Amino acid sequence: MIFTPLEIEQTLKMFTEQNLDVRTITMGINLLDCADGDIDRALRRIYDKITRSASRLVDVGDRIQAELGVPIINKRVSITPIAMVAGASGGEELLRYAEMLERAAQDVGVDFLGGFSALVQHGLTPTDERVIRAIPAALADTEKVCASLNLATSRAGINMDAVQLAARAIKEAAERSADRSGFAASRMVVFANAPEDNPFMAGAFHGPSNPDTVVHVGVSGPGVVYSTVRRRPEASLDEIAEMIKKTAFRITRIGQLVVDMAAERLGVSRGIVDLSLAPTPKIGDSVARILEEMGLEAAGAPGSTAALALLNNAVKKGGLMASSRVGGLSGSFIPVSEDEGMAAAAERGSLTIEKLEAMTAICSVGLDMIAVPGSTSADTLAGVIADEMAIGVMNHKTTGVRIIPVPGGNAGEWVEFGGLLGRAPIMPLNTTSCTGFVNRGGQIPPPVTAFRN
Amino acid sequence: MRAVITVVGKDKPGIIAAVSTMLAERSVNILDISQTIMQSFFTMITLVDLSAMDIDLEALRTELDQVAERVGVTITLQHEDVFTAMNRV
Repeated sequence: MIFTPLEIEQTLKMFTEQNLDVRTITMGINLLDCADGDIDRALRRIYDKITRSASRLVDVGDRIQAELGVPIINKRVSITPIAMVAGASGGEELLRYAEMLERAAQDVGVDFLGGFSALVQHGLTPTDERVIRAIPAALADTEKVCASLNLATSRAGINMDAVQLAARAIKEAAERSADRSGFAASRMVVFANAPEDNPFMAGAFHGPSNPDTVVHVGVSGPGVVYSTVRRRPEASLDEIAEMIKKTAFRITRIGQLVVDMAAERLGVSRGIVDLSLAPTPKIGDSVARILEEMGLEAAGAPGSTAALALLNNAVKKGGLMASSRVGGLSGSFIPVSEDEGMAAAAERGSLTIEKLEAMTAICSVGLDMIAVPGSTSADTLAGVIADEMAIGVMNHKTTGVRIIPVPGGNAGEWVEFGGLLGRAPIMPLNTTSCTGFVNRGGQIPPPVTAFRN
Repeated sequence: MRAVITVVGKDKPGIIAAVSTMLAERSVNILDISQTIMQSFFTMITLVDLSAMDIDLEALRTELDQVAERVGVTITLQHEDVFTAMNRV
């Protein structure tokens, strides 16, 4: 036998017991060539291009799943940030764009479509501003469309005018979906240093430097890493790092296999593999439990940032060895509602938003899927976003904020978002005013390390 | 296409016979086969060639599931490339 029984058993268990899956095949589609002065024509072109490019995406994904015996959970589409496309028709009637995107997503059968987006780190065009103002209604009126904004980069600094607008959009999106605990806000994320090739939602968009059509793959596997750490309770931390690295290598190779097959069969460019430990609410699929298995009583305990740094770093190193095209966010996500361990740690008071903020300095994304009281003001949200952007900008990394001010919700109450989005207790937020600061507007300049030329 | 079929369950007579008979009926060629007891479970690992198979993959999975239910074991089929990708540099 070319494989040993142990290799077969270990590989098999990753899928059958440890929830290893390919989280998503995401097709990026360039829509720049769909821009048109006539909105009806622009909408028709957008619909035609998406449905033509992605017509076989779901079918090909299902076939690869059947052939390999590897679960592929989602098929998704990401598009050119809509602000770049909608400007030609005057940037008006943006909801019609959102509705057309929803229709295209429904018709090709994908789970999500990302790219109701704008890149505004340097400043806002009139269309950018209209897109941000349209986001709440666009999200409330659709099911699959996701919105994202890039508010800051390490080169440009932080656009604080856009931060303010984004905070208001988050607040309004939550209020427009009050009957579903502010669900619409869960499909919106704001970034510093947003990657242009991210396959994960809500932040996926097809960056303007990408080829016309491309497929990216996002692999997940907190459960596999958890089992790896669990097997060796006596291991030192450098031994744990080594074990995680090897596991990450094996997981990423699956992503590489799938992206090769998908690109070839769909006849589009091969994109990146994003190995992100993306937890799900399922027991045994939690990042928090990995940190706890390393010896913490609960996530958020002193030592959590160090444990996460070890984890994130080892995941990246293993992934880089396994694929020559690692991209996206690659690392570890630390969402609260999507991770049963994080939600439990938040409930017992071990995990606070301030500790999460510290952890975002070394995780792969940021403050993710955090429910806060409905009484939280847009200014406070803007302050939270500005802090998170500052961490990303000054450390040359991606950071993001996906926060849900639950309408009518109070700290300590549980909210259900359902499905992969999970459930979480509403976390108390420091409400000391930052109004004077965030309302100054303007641009926070980039760090001196931005001037490398 | 080559695939690895793994059969795991409580040991009893006739497991290999049931699986290999079904595979033979569908012109699935067994290239390699090994049997061990792992953690007190009967484990059979088979490398098969599916190129001459007279049904499609989905149907083969269904028939394997039926055998699994009848014999009281778990049967998994995965592409050989999955194991190569994950276990070979």
